[in-house]
Amino acid sequence: MSEIKNFLYVNRKAPYGTVYALESLEVVLIGAAFDQDVSLIFMDDGVFQIKKDQNTEASGLKNFSPTYNALGDYDVNKIYVEKESLEARGMTIDDLMPLTYEDEDDDWAEKSSIRMVSADEIRDLMEESDVVLSF
Amino acid sequence: MLHIVNKSPFERDAFTSCMAHAAADSTVLLIEDGVFAAMKGSTVADQLSKTKVVALQSDVAARGIEANLADGVEMVDYAGFVDLVTDNEKIQSWV
Repeated sequence: MSEIKNFLYVNRKAPYGTVYALESLEVVLIGAAFDQDVSLIFMDDGVFQIKKDQNTEASGLKNFSPTYNALGDYDVNKIYVEKESLEARGMTIDDLMPLTYEDEDDDWAEKSSIRMVSADEIRDLMEESDVVLSF
Repeated sequence: MLHIVNKSPFERDAFTSCMAHAAADSTVLLIEDGVFAAMKGSTVADQLSKTKVVALQSDVAARGIEANLADGVEMVDYAGFVDLVTDNEKIQSWV
C-alpha cells in the first residue's frame, strides 16, 4: 500500500544566522520516523551546519549541532557534502563532525555517513530523487 | 571609522562591498554570519589584508571556526565590541 519514496533534503544555509538549518534538522528527524528513504545534501553555506567545534556558550544561542549525531540512529546515513563548497570556504572533510551509523548488514560496524560529492554528482542526486525539500 | 558586517560573504556581497569601500585605516568588525569572512584559505580571504579586521569571539565560537581564522584577524568579546563603538566617531553597518 504505502510506497517508499526517496526524499532529498538540500541544506544551503549556515546555522544560527537564520532558522533554516534548525527547521531542516527537525523535519528530517520527524520524516525519518515514517520509513522513507532519506538523503541529505550539505552545500554552499549549509556545510557550516556540520562544522565541528561549535560552542555557543558565550553567545547564548542553542547549540543544536550535537543532534546531527542522532541521524545515524534514525537510519539517515546518506549525508552528501559538496567538495566545491568546502574548498571555497577553506575547509576539508576534517573540519566536519564525524557523523556515523552502525551498518546492520555488516555486523553493526560503525561507518561514516558522510560522502564527499562534486556539483555534478549533486545534480544527479537531485534528478534521481522523488521529492526535494530545500532549506 | 568602524564598519560592521553581519552577513556571510558567500551568500551576500556585503563583505566584498565593505572591503572595496573601507579606508585603509578603518576597522572592519565581523559579527553573526559575517564571521565566515575570516575563514583561512577561502575565496574571500585575500580581501582581509586591506584593513584591520576583527571578529566577535562569541559568534566565532558558536560556529566552530576559531581554529580556521586567517592570520591577522583579531577577536574581541562583547566589551571589546563596545570599545570599538565608543572609540569610533562613525559607524557603518553593511546590513
